[in-house]
Amino acid sequence: MTRAAGESHWHALLINSALVLLALVALAPLLWMLSVSFMPAGTASHFPPPLLPARFTLENYRDLFERIGIGRYLLNSVAIAAAVTMLSLLINTMAGYAFAKLKFRGREGIFAVLLAALVIPAQVTMLPLFLMMKQLHLVNTYGGVVVPALATVFGIFLVRQYARSIPDELMEAARIDGAGELRIFFQIVLPMLKPVLVTLAIFTFLGAWNDFMWPLIVLTDASNYTLPVALASLSREHIQDVEMMMAGAVITVLPVLALFLVLQRYYIQGLLLGSVKA
Amino acid sequence: MKKSLAGWAFAGPALIVLGLFFGVPVLEAFCLSFSDFDLYALADWRNLRFTGLHNYLDLLQTPLFWKSLGNTFYFVVVGVPLSIAISLGAALLLNSAAARVKGFFRTAMFAPVVTTVVAVAVIWKYLFHTSYGLVNWALAHFGIGAVDWFGNPHWAMPTIILFAVWKNFGYNMVILLAGLQSIPQDLYEAARIDGASRWRQFLHITLPLLGPVLMVVGVITVSGYFQLFAEPYVMTQGEPLQSTVSVLYFMFDEGFKWWNLGRASAVAFLLFAIILAVTALLLRFGRKRDLL
Repeated sequence: MTRAAGESHWHALLINSALVLLALVALAPLLWMLSVSFMPAGTASHFPPPLLPARFTLENYRDLFERIGIGRYLLNSVAIAAAVTMLSLLINTMAGYAFAKLKFRGREGIFAVLLAALVIPAQVTMLPLFLMMKQLHLVNTYGGVVVPALATVFGIFLVRQYARSIPDELMEAARIDGAGELRIFFQIVLPMLKPVLVTLAIFTFLGAWNDFMWPLIVLTDASNYTLPVALASLSREHIQDVEMMMAGAVITVLPVLALFLVLQRYYIQGLLLGSVKA
Repeated sequence: MKKSLAGWAFAGPALIVLGLFFGVPVLEAFCLSFSDFDLYALADWRNLRFTGLHNYLDLLQTPLFWKSLGNTFYFVVVGVPLSIAISLGAALLLNSAAARVKGFFRTAMFAPVVTTVVAVAVIWKYLFHTSYGLVNWALAHFGIGAVDWFGNPHWAMPTIILFAVWKNFGYNMVILLAGLQSIPQDLYEAARIDGASRWRQFLHITLPLLGPVLMVVGVITVSGYFQLFAEPYVMTQGEPLQSTVSVLYFMFDEGFKWWNLGRASAVAFLLFAIILAVTALLLRFGRKRDLL
């Protein structure tokens, strides 16, 4: 009995130590980024590398805003991610609801085509999309980033899965009472979809915020760069300025990390729902 | 009738966006890949010519394309199994009854997933700095001399693989954890009564029942890892000795640096075909082993 208890004690210690180690590996680069961002310029590049700032300073952040003008990139990122999130949320939700609850000709066929299209990597579209954006005069504008992201198969799929559980009687009753389709959507359906809307919103926002390749292609002028594009370009110019680059990384990562921490329950839910599709 | 109209009206905006900005470009890319669309055609469409399979055949004779294909396969073949193994290990640890503060551990290990690739790639560049990086400093304690992680063609891709595993393992961990939690506990109970060791329980209960989830995770990860781009763009710019040029990196340079949009489209379609073929093989393997 004591032997079994002793063994399970060691077993618990082993499991928890391994978890501590993995969590540490996952967090260490992020903690180091935060620490270095508060170090005075030029003090991180020493051997042995310092783990904590010898003197705490905010000058890297001040430099970024005053000298580099990172505020502009922050604004671009916020504007683009917010626009993509709000607009695509509406468009995807309407479509997801239609595919779940409104009968129209060709519905199943179209949905099957959409699902099949998921296997096509987005990069295939980027070259012609650039030419198209050029003709629409959307190259180097917010619109060039936002417009192609206004609808996603993933978003439609997520909403459809959730909307299917809404009882038809609710809508039928409203129709008999003479409610129009728009009113039914906004007053009955949308409130019931609230959890999946939060999930989709956080997914979309994070995706738009972190997106790199397409903004890199379509935003040709530095003043329109989003944070990731700006950071990639700055890291080439300012390779020696470790402390300032880490401050830039903090500004880029912190908003999404904070959003995730607050809404993680919804995020994980969406991830699990989304993985079922494959 | 009215309802049918409403259906089209509600689905319409999304279908227009997807058709116009996804469907049409896919078809256009397919056509472009059979043309010599370049800087001259960009200036004037009349310079555009149909060239048949020329782009594809030409690519097959381009050493850098093969190099990028080899690099990408290296990244996928080493990165995907390593990534899934660590995700599975982390999920098993979290699923253990002995694990404490599971919520904290899960959040901590998931945190890298939501971070911005570009930003954390910049961190990585400094962590693996030859002279001042924390990694070489830590290795020095074990008597290992400074490694030139990004300057040595043998180490650059492994470093990118380590980065990708660090960044992504939390994602599959969450999916695998959900899979583990759906395995009925009484199966383990019965095995314990029969005196089966933990390892045998893992081999004969956990792995087979987790099969379908592992297949899903495998397919998602493989197709994701084939799309390697931002990591080498930020960390190595394809260097040293082009050892980290991925297929998408090659496509990006062809398309948006040299403006050979026809050739770049052919690269995109070849990559698409490869992803399709590899995932089909994976699914066939899964079906044969009754994992699906």
